[in-house]
Amino acid sequence: MGKIFAVVLVIVALVSAYPIIVNKYAMPEDISTHGHMIDDQLHETMWEAGLSFIGAQLVLAFFVWSFTNRKVGSPLKSFPGGARVMVIAAIVLVGTEILALGVVGQKAWATVYFTAPKPDALQIQSQAGQFAFYFRYPGADGKFGAIHPDKIDEGNQNYFGLDPANEVEARDDIVSGELVIPANREVQLLMHAKDVGHSFYVRELRIQQDFVPGLDLAVHFTATKVGKYEIVCTQLCGLGHYNMKAYLNVMSPEDYDKWMKAQEAAQ
Amino acid sequence: MQETSAQQGHVHAPPEGFIRKHVFSLDHKVIGKQYYALALVAVFVGMFLSWLMRIHLVWPNAKIPGLELLSKVGAPGGVMTPEYYLSLLTMHGTLMVFFVLTNAPFAAFGNYFLPIQIGAEDMAFPRFNMMSFWTTFLAFVVLIMAFFIPDGPPIAGWTSYSPLMAVGKDAGPGMQWGASLWGISIAIFCIASLLGSLNFIATTLDLRAKGMTLMRMPISTWAWFITSCISLLAFAVLLPACILLILDRHAGTSFFIPAGLVISDKLQPHSGGSPLLWQHLFWFFGHPEVYIAILPAMGIVSHILINSMRKPLLSAKVVIYSMMSIGFLSYMVWGHHMFVSGMNPMSSLAFSFPTLTITIPATIMTLIWLGSLYGADIQINSASLFALGFISMFVSGGVSGFFLAQPSIDIYLHGTYFVVGHFHMVMGVAALFGVFAGTYFWFPKMSGRMMNDSWGKLHFLITFIGTYCIFMPFHYLGLVGNVRRYSSFVDDFMGPDLMNLHRFITISALITGAAQFIFLFNLIYSRFKGAMAPDNPWNATTLEWSMPSPPPWNNFGDRHPIVYHDPYQYGVKGSKGDFVMQDSPEQAIASGD
Amino acid sequence: MTIKHVVLTGMAMLATSALALAGPRPSGGTITGKVTYEGTPAKMKPIDMSKEPSCAKMYTTPPLAQTVETGAGNTLADVVVYVSAGAPDDAAPTSAAVFTQKGCRYIPHTLAFQVNQEIKIQNEDQTSHNIHPLPKLNREWNKSQPPGSPPITEKYDKAEFIPVKCNIHPWMHGNFAVLKNSHYSVSNESGAFSIANLPPGKYTISAWQESYGEQTQDVTITGSETKTVTFTFKAKPY
Repeated sequence: MGKIFAVVLVIVALVSAYPIIVNKYAMPEDISTHGHMIDDQLHETMWEAGLSFIGAQLVLAFFVWSFTNRKVGSPLKSFPGGARVMVIAAIVLVGTEILALGVVGQKAWATVYFTAPKPDALQIQSQAGQFAFYFRYPGADGKFGAIHPDKIDEGNQNYFGLDPANEVEARDDIVSGELVIPANREVQLLMHAKDVGHSFYVRELRIQQDFVPGLDLAVHFTATKVGKYEIVCTQLCGLGHYNMKAYLNVMSPEDYDKWMKAQEAAQ
Repeated sequence: MQETSAQQGHVHAPPEGFIRKHVFSLDHKVIGKQYYALALVAVFVGMFLSWLMRIHLVWPNAKIPGLELLSKVGAPGGVMTPEYYLSLLTMHGTLMVFFVLTNAPFAAFGNYFLPIQIGAEDMAFPRFNMMSFWTTFLAFVVLIMAFFIPDGPPIAGWTSYSPLMAVGKDAGPGMQWGASLWGISIAIFCIASLLGSLNFIATTLDLRAKGMTLMRMPISTWAWFITSCISLLAFAVLLPACILLILDRHAGTSFFIPAGLVISDKLQPHSGGSPLLWQHLFWFFGHPEVYIAILPAMGIVSHILINSMRKPLLSAKVVIYSMMSIGFLSYMVWGHHMFVSGMNPMSSLAFSFPTLTITIPATIMTLIWLGSLYGADIQINSASLFALGFISMFVSGGVSGFFLAQPSIDIYLHGTYFVVGHFHMVMGVAALFGVFAGTYFWFPKMSGRMMNDSWGKLHFLITFIGTYCIFMPFHYLGLVGNVRRYSSFVDDFMGPDLMNLHRFITISALITGAAQFIFLFNLIYSRFKGAMAPDNPWNATTLEWSMPSPPPWNNFGDRHPIVYHDPYQYGVKGSKGDFVMQDSPEQAIASGD
Repeated sequence: MTIKHVVLTGMAMLATSALALAGPRPSGGTITGKVTYEGTPAKMKPIDMSKEPSCAKMYTTPPLAQTVETGAGNTLADVVVYVSAGAPDDAAPTSAAVFTQKGCRYIPHTLAFQVNQEIKIQNEDQTSHNIHPLPKLNREWNKSQPPGSPPITEKYDKAEFIPVKCNIHPWMHGNFAVLKNSHYSVSNESGAFSIANLPPGKYTISAWQESYGEQTQDVTITGSETKTVTFTFKAKPY
């Protein structure tokens, strides 16, 4: 049975690693300017974690294979070097790995969170609520109308609680269920939660950020490839969580201007 | 044997009557078995819930026969609604984390064997001990009640993020009384765990037999001791957090709810609270909780491995120090659950570093286990197989932690099935492997009968392969970006490839779950019909094997054991074989190589 | 209202129903009319259903929000016109009022029915909806309805106008008008309504529109006449 276990273990380890090695379940193509850093980091970690995984499983299998059902009277042996070798190996190997990944990996994080968006970044407000995202553009005046939670009226499509009757800035605000952005221009997304916690996740953009009620956050990114991508919620927000999504529509700058003109005309 | 023990004053009369013997018993062994039974009920309920969820995920419109009887609203016509999926998800997580992973490896085995392994007659506070169990039981009843109220169980997941959890019924079905029951149940559970941990700590420090120095305690006892220290500090934070949550829900306070929230068209009458406060409090408990589940399993597995290898670990001390440093570091890493939660991005870096650092003691332990196997004489049986399986599982679940510990990678993987795969392997299944190993190993002592080893091996093989079939694919799904906690997949990217993978997972889960009935049958059958167990069937060295199987009510009887050795004198020449027991005065002679 | 009045009205109703049984000739008076507005109503915005492709593809041009539904000649549709005073409470009919979710909208947008009358809610979409009415007087409930699951049946025991929403599709808003008697009508696309079979008596007729609120008029019916009533709401652009 010890040998059966050893064989099973080898098979399990190799079969587990196979889809990763042949990249059967690939990450969706990256369409952001910062995403390649995250991808590189992930691939590097995959190498190190993968080798540790395969190595440890194979050693375990080999030792179980070798040291079960031994002949009566076979002498017990001790691993050369004993615990000291193990401790040193762990500290050196894992320690350098930590330093390498920890230091290199901060670059991607810093790009997303520690660099300020360019001054000409396009500001769009995103509001997450049970169970849809809505996006707001400031319109021709470049100013967002204030949010009044008591004025929210979803049946009337007033998702943000705008008060156009009394506030001029709110009248030309463009509200869309789709996040339409121009390619190759930085976008700063101002994140506002209407009710409970939500999250903004676009796989292709390599961006994930929670919406926190009462705490307005912002993320910024640049999309490089025209196309339509899914925005999904990754923070459990209630019964419709699974169906809380929207689309990111990356357009060429010309198409974006056309779209924006049409929206402004419709106000 | 000398009669000079430090624990003279601690004598109580034998219990009489069914109630005193088996229900409201003060005997730590009965209480340990009660914890085990409660965990057994909880694990099968939890597993059943996971079956329902897995079936719904891959056949969303399937009519599940009988489900309508459980909840007419949650499954009209047998088709599960999205909110009922989330109810099951919440209950699965809560049952498994609190009532299985905390109860079985720590409270159940700890209660039974910690006093015995240190040579004590009982716990330091037997009445507290009884109270801990019955308080835990009350928490369980309160939680299960949520299934039977019209509103149903809550839908906020076991992490119960606020404001979703804190605002009440506007947040959705189950969020009125179901959510309150959850909060009350967990608060009660915290009280029980606090009582239990105090008792473990006092027992370990005060009731050790003569000669049982701290470093002569078995590794399993060390693990339970370290765990009870972690548990004392962790549950002491969750308890007030739950109380604040209940106040927010019922007393109109706003600890976790900010102003201006409009939920289901209603402006919420709250202001000034912080949703992040809940996350900090919860994860300050939540991350140490992972180690509350896994450290006892590490202890149990080390204890069993040494016995199966017939030689000591390369260094037991290093394993103990590693467990201590894991326990210590576990309080500095909770923020890695919150990298993208909106807390200051600078703190993510501060949390990332200790999280990566915790890999070092974990790796040291793994290398010590592996290195110790070299040159051993491994005895293969159900217990040792599960102990070896634990190492494999711990490695598999551990390496994926390396991804999630890095904030930049977490941007992509957070909230995906990668996380599900990671914590199920390293915290869920690995800890359960420890429990299985412990069960096969100690069952002869606890019941006086042997478990069937062939069934045990079959159980192991199916469970081991099945676990990989279930949880490895979760990692692949996460790498593609499949989001967790969805009741069905309406994403565009959910192509046939991924759906097939989900189906494979569901079928594996059904088979692996079914294999657990082999274990259950073995457990029940062997309890009554198993072969009679000798006092020391595994030729083991620690004190639990120096007493009859099953032990009498007062453990060592009138005998006060005296400890002469380190716990693991294997691979030596003793009078009984290749081992010398801890309480045997004979000198161990190194066996000639 | 005096007891005598109630008794008399009751007897009149019995007589009416007896007559109704006797032959097809309608008895009692009828109130018909139109609901209109003056001023500029808010511009109804097209609904962005991009989040639910299975619904979005059912429309060639996006449908408009329905909080104010105007027709040619300044008429208002989906206004509930009902007898708010002067008529006794009726027993609920045995037939169920049907509320359908189709194309991620409610059909009808405003459903009028009686206290204790059964309502049947059905989902004809390929997606889950949740039906979340927000009553102030009645018991609140919130139930999901996955595609293919059986209709939900419910009742309300207090008269009330109840907004209905779907949390999963925030644009879906409708209304339940829970009424005490059977004398009601919901204005159609051309703003017309008609309440028939009213026994002689003095009535208060109310018209309720979800954005503009309620208006009342007194009407006296003396025989089998038809009276015409017009309700005019003041519309606001915002």
